[in-house]
Amino acid sequence: MILQTNIRAMKKTLVLIAAAVGLTLAAQPALAAGGESKPLRSGGFSFEGPFGSFDRNQLQRGYKVYREVCASCHGMQLMHFRNLAEPGGPFYDSHQASPAENRWVKTLAKQVQIADIDTETGEPVMRDGTAADRFPSPYPNATAAAAANGGAAPPDLSVMAKARKGGADYIYSLLTGYAAVPQGLRMMPGQHYNMYMAGDLTPFMPDGAHVPPGGFIAMPNPLNEGQVTYDDGTVASVDQMAKDVAAYIAWSSDPRQVQRKQAGVGVLIFLFIFAGITYLSYRRIWKGIAH
Amino acid sequence: MSDHESTYVPKTGIEKWLDTRLPIVRFGADYLALPTPRNLNYWYTFGAILMVCLVIQIATGVVLAMHYVPNTEMAFASVERIMRDVNGGDIIRYTHANGASMFFIAVYIHMLRGLYYGSYKAPREMIWIVGCLIFFLLIATAFLGYVLPWGQMSYWGAEVITNLVGAIPVIGEPILIWLRGGPAIDNATLNRFFSLHYLLPFVIAGCVVLHLWALHTAGQNNPVGILIPKERQKKDTLPFHPYYTVKDGFVLIVFFMLFSVFVFFMPNALGHADNSIPANPLVTPAHIVPEWYMLPFYAILRAIPDKFGGVLAMFGAIGVLFILPWLDTSKVRSMRYRPTMRTFFILFVIVGIVLGWCGAQLPDAPVIGTFKTFILIDGDLNSYLWLTRFATLYYFAFFLIIMPLVGLRERPLPIPATISEPVLDGSFAMNAAVMAQAEKKG
Repeated sequence: MILQTNIRAMKKTLVLIAAAVGLTLAAQPALAAGGESKPLRSGGFSFEGPFGSFDRNQLQRGYKVYREVCASCHGMQLMHFRNLAEPGGPFYDSHQASPAENRWVKTLAKQVQIADIDTETGEPVMRDGTAADRFPSPYPNATAAAAANGGAAPPDLSVMAKARKGGADYIYSLLTGYAAVPQGLRMMPGQHYNMYMAGDLTPFMPDGAHVPPGGFIAMPNPLNEGQVTYDDGTVASVDQMAKDVAAYIAWSSDPRQVQRKQAGVGVLIFLFIFAGITYLSYRRIWKGIAH
Repeated sequence: MSDHESTYVPKTGIEKWLDTRLPIVRFGADYLALPTPRNLNYWYTFGAILMVCLVIQIATGVVLAMHYVPNTEMAFASVERIMRDVNGGDIIRYTHANGASMFFIAVYIHMLRGLYYGSYKAPREMIWIVGCLIFFLLIATAFLGYVLPWGQMSYWGAEVITNLVGAIPVIGEPILIWLRGGPAIDNATLNRFFSLHYLLPFVIAGCVVLHLWALHTAGQNNPVGILIPKERQKKDTLPFHPYYTVKDGFVLIVFFMLFSVFVFFMPNALGHADNSIPANPLVTPAHIVPEWYMLPFYAILRAIPDKFGGVLAMFGAIGVLFILPWLDTSKVRSMRYRPTMRTFFILFVIVGIVLGWCGAQLPDAPVIGTFKTFILIDGDLNSYLWLTRFATLYYFAFFLIIMPLVGLRERPLPIPATISEPVLDGSFAMNAAVMAQAEKKG
């Protein structure tokens, strides 16, 4: 009888797990029709999986790539410099009194000029950044951003890993996805070919020709070999920089994800034990009662 | 079970004082002592789970509302700020967002359980009808809540759904403007959606009180589906506490484990990536899809070529549930004893899942492979459009044709005379008299 009920309880759990998998699958939207899509390249990131955590050195390198390459066109409006020093962040220091006191972050913020209003005169001024400042946007407004980039404003990168299917792998793939223009593809002016960009190239190929994967992207290939000089001596290959900045954006998209996963492991262990105890009291209370 | 007498005896002075003025302790004690059929299986635990879901949604929602800014310029950033700067804000927000999905998992199981065991039949029609009302309010609340983060799917989902009202002939357009608070979805829309999203859960809570009141008046159904005669009450029932508190509690904790897997490890798995892009009225997403729990109804909406017809079908799919007690002609409640109906029921569950699957696909996409069959009226036969239509047809036929007809024509299996009989004997052997009675009932 106990065994039977155990099996029933197990079945129940299996049904729940199956439900979870089914739901997740059903929640995925269909891919756009026409034009095959290329499976994303895996960055093999350290933060994947239930026990994964961020590689701090990688996040620091990724921040450098963002600051020196991406930030000239892309804002990160949801990020403050202090975020970089929060637990789990690239510059977290266990000895700091608070994220605002972090010495590296103070230095990094100082390197950036922030538009402000002079508190005495009310005149617009530029001043050194502080840990409390937001990352400044490269353009004064969205219209200016669009005007400077052929009509398409570069998107904000704060939550980019959540805003694209595939997350960090997508960013990594896209940044390394610039390839030679396929034979016969009619290029649009101001556009570039990328193997991982969403889209359907069928209308731009000669009739009957094999349609290549990917689509047009307004952003030209942003990364070149050795573009950034890493402070830790890592060789700045395009692949390395793409991977690092993808990891950094994955962190900025959900800065608490690692702490949350760690809490989740504890929560699940607790619930598992609690379920066991409750199951035993259930068996005991119902002992001898036919049902 | 309504006639169950109070066994509460106030012991302390304050209890005695309170009992003659506001017998709230007696109410609670009677509730816990409520005689409950002893044969309720695990499917019956979802009522308690739903109660907990509602409490979780309200508790997390109240905290979120303290930090959320209902303004089109600031809503998106304020939701992100909750997850970055509010203590435990990421867990609170992801619990609320995934809580909606968990709520719907539980509510669909709860409703299908009611359908399978005939819990909507006399004398329990009002429990079912109030339950349908709760389900409808739940969908409305979930939709309103999904708009609040003001991402691309929020905005375009609101656009698609409010537009449905515009499909009503003549009065549709003015009502649409009145609902949106202007000619387009904007700040006025977001503000009223926030207000209503805060209001409706309390309306739901009120309906839950009615749901339980009706339940305790008509009495719990059970898997065997027979009413418990008064003289059998002692034998066939158990007090709610501790027997069902512990049983519900166990399943609730298992349910929490599923919930936690989503909240802590894959909080965005059930969502859509486009909703992490701030709303932009000038850019339409490639593919607008609602949350998974709305997909079956979204599929029904798209199955009908006429827009207004689609709206009627979609609301009809929920509306038909309200008259279910009068569509089922069978006197036998539990489908355990209705093998024919059980087959149709299993098919109904499959069709429901198929509809949900169809709702997430592009209507023109082929179902099997890429081969073309032939164009049937307005679409290829091998397309989700036609799969959706066949499934929709079955959905409505199940309630409007199969239920009334099968009830009249089927031969149900013999029903046990008491609920403890199959339990205690472990068999369905019955005496001739009971058999005859069951035949007559069928």
